[in-house]
Amino acid sequence: MQKMLDENYYKLLHELQAVDFVLVELNLYLDTHPGDANAIQQFNQYSQLRHQIAHKYESQYGPLKNFGQSYSGTPFNWIDAPWPWQV
Amino acid sequence: MWVYEKKLQYPVRVSKCDPMMAKFLLEQYGGADGELAAALRYLNQRYSIPDKVVGLLTDIGTEEFAHLEMIATMVYKLTKDATPDQMRAAGLGDHYAAHDNALFYQNASGVPWTAAYIQAKGDPIADLYEDIAAEEKARATYQWLIDLTDDVDLQDGLKYLREREVVHSLRFREAVEILKEKRDEKIYY
Ligand SMILES: [Fe+2]
Ligand SMILES: [Fe+2]
Repeated sequence: MQKMLDENYYKLLHELQAVDFVLVELNLYLDTHPGDANAIQQFNQYSQLRHQIAHKYESQYGPLKNFGQSYSGTPFNWIDAPWPWQV
Repeated sequence: MWVYEKKLQYPVRVSKCDPMMAKFLLEQYGGADGELAAALRYLNQRYSIPDKVVGLLTDIGTEEFAHLEMIATMVYKLTKDATPDQMRAAGLGDHYAAHDNALFYQNASGVPWTAAYIQAKGDPIADLYEDIAAEEKARATYQWLIDLTDDVDLQDGLKYLREREVVHSLRFREAVEILKEKRDEKIYY
């Protein structure tokens, strides 16, 4: 069953995608520049921010991750549509 | 292990049903320089590469699966409303006969994906040079795909993917330098 996707859904999703983009970029950069303390500080700061945004998203639209990396509602709402290619 | 996250790495939008463009995009789905090849190439090379660059191969290989999902989403959205007639007109009649509108790991010409596309030589420099070349070829393919469509929404997603390959190429070049430094240390000390 597909939940109603409002404007707020896309706003939160884009916020999450934006902060995750920063994190992927910093992660790959740090893979080859592991001594850059400034970048590490940014990485940890954005990691904390991503936690907050993901928590906000999940409390409204359900779990983002499987295998216990996200809490479940009742009934088990991990299996609910929409899936990423459907939005 | 891997954990799935129920979101795309970057939003994928298309502004029209366009099965012919979907056919071209399959080059990046199951083609030699496509996202499946990239993900499997990097993750498989990890087991024989020096520890210093295993993290990079793990992370880029993982990101390539996110790209694969974006390409799948593009193909899905471009074909989900296509009729058999439209599929045939787009050159996907033979695809439709075998798969309906389902996705299949093949290139734009319908050739199934093969492990022969990817190499693990056991030689770190040879492997990383292959990875750099693969990224450059993927970047070029994205450019040709952008040139093939006038759909600005689709172009937006393709431009994002093109830029990711630019970054991957840069990181692999840095990895080569890291390994060369290490190799030179071994020679002199
Ligand atoms: Fe990619
Ligand atoms: Fe790449």
